[in-house]
Amino acid sequence: MTNLEKYINTFVETFKIEASETEDLEYQAIPAWDSVGHMTLIAALEETFDIMMDTEDIINFSSFEKGKEIMAKYDVEF
Amino acid sequence: MMWNFKQYTDSVAVISDQGECITYQQLDIATERLIENINERCLVFSLCTNSVGAVVGYTGFVNHNIVPLLLDSHLDFELLQYLIDIYKPSYLWMPESMTERFSGFDSIYSDFNYTLMKTNFDHKYPLFDELALLLTTSGSTGSPKLVRQSYKNIEANIKSIVEYLELDQTERPITTLPMNYTYGLSIVNSHLYVGATLLLTDKTLMEKRFWSFFKEREATSFGGVPYTYEMLDKLRFLRMGLVSLRTMTQAGGKLSPELHKKFAEYAKETGKHFIVMYGQTEATARMSYLPYEKSLEKCGSMGIAIPGGKFTLIDVDGKVITEPEVTGKLVYEGPNVTLGYAERGDDLIKGDECFGKLITGDIAKIDEEGYYYIVGRTKRFLKIFGNRVNLDEIERMIKAQFNNLDCASTGMDDKMYIFISCVDEFLETPVKKFLSDKTGLNPATFIVKQIEKIPKNESGKTLYLKLERYYE
Repeated sequence: MTNLEKYINTFVETFKIEASETEDLEYQAIPAWDSVGHMTLIAALEETFDIMMDTEDIINFSSFEKGKEIMAKYDVEF
Repeated sequence: MMWNFKQYTDSVAVISDQGECITYQQLDIATERLIENINERCLVFSLCTNSVGAVVGYTGFVNHNIVPLLLDSHLDFELLQYLIDIYKPSYLWMPESMTERFSGFDSIYSDFNYTLMKTNFDHKYPLFDELALLLTTSGSTGSPKLVRQSYKNIEANIKSIVEYLELDQTERPITTLPMNYTYGLSIVNSHLYVGATLLLTDKTLMEKRFWSFFKEREATSFGGVPYTYEMLDKLRFLRMGLVSLRTMTQAGGKLSPELHKKFAEYAKETGKHFIVMYGQTEATARMSYLPYEKSLEKCGSMGIAIPGGKFTLIDVDGKVITEPEVTGKLVYEGPNVTLGYAERGDDLIKGDECFGKLITGDIAKIDEEGYYYIVGRTKRFLKIFGNRVNLDEIERMIKAQFNNLDCASTGMDDKMYIFISCVDEFLETPVKKFLSDKTGLNPATFIVKQIEKIPKNESGKTLYLKLERYYE
């Protein structure tokens, strides 16, 4: 699986949505991505990519797209 | 009057993340202007957000003998209409953006992005003279069961809180909890009483704007439910270096001993206070606190009774337990024990039915130095992100929505299991969606499992223990 596929898959698994729904997804746009879901998502991404995110990056992670930029800081390339 | 705003005139009462900055004098004037539109003691539904408008409404109503029911502005619309039908409020106070949903009512006044709407019910339920405020017992299920709080209840609890938290005018608590939730409300109540400054935001801990508001306005304290502390831990809060922060309080369910220890140690090292507390809406808000000096030594304890309150433990025979380490039913007595419940409009005239004594529904024990520990509960409810959710109520909601289905709801705090049995269809996904939509709780809260048959005894009572084998 490519990094992008893994990244998409983490959203799909965490929020129980279709892969097609991930692209424009933003924080609080769906019931599953509230503060509770956010914590689950971050934990899942950290596990998937074996990284440990900084506070700043966790609270900046406001959308699917923004998340990609953040992942790049942890050498996760798409 | 509950709050004497005239005492603090030029001090800042509230700052919002929208940039509003309101002094006590301005707050006083705003409440007076609002109340001029309501010329009688009556019932008002106040749809809350953490905003200036919501605070103006709430304090104005309570200060002028108008009885508000505080509800979450995000409460499911159908559930809200159901409550309006049952209690027939004379007015609704809500965010301006919501008014178009109530086409049958007239907007008569607006201020701070909030609007007062007049309803048109012919019948009004009479209100008991001492009734000050109504709060829900289980906000998210829209249950019509409300707690009736008196002016004396609120004032007594404020005074106790101010005393044990040593609150003064220099405090700047930031909101992390909704105002319609008893714990969040107690922070509003007690801080306005001492002339402190409330920092109002609806942003969550997971948003950058929450933390920039926190730092910019130099918050000195916040309150959190167990889930708040799990999030803070995830955010590596202990490394955030929040200089202005003085006090962290915790209530709304039992924090894991690991997190309790972690935050207590952090507080000790950084010279801050970490205070674990225990309370219920039925006791206005607070019943106990663990003094910060004891937070490490008594890790896992909910502390001692607040000033003016008293706990007793009762055994199965109804006798008072005096020896340590023996578990029993926890009973609280104090002037903050509320009047009782209302389940329909006619109940609003009822007087005090509790006489200052509350059977908490929790099972506890005491140690040799008199500190209390919660070890279980007698009632069927879970704490979901700090909110009490009645499990029987959840079952009732599901059965009312889906035909030919049997269900049983059980689980643990922050994780609810719903077992369903239905011969015709596979309903796990629809039930999960229904619960999430209605309660506004994250879908991941609900683990729905369809099983062949709900286990029951001969008299038809659900055998919940037999369902535990399905837990993940």
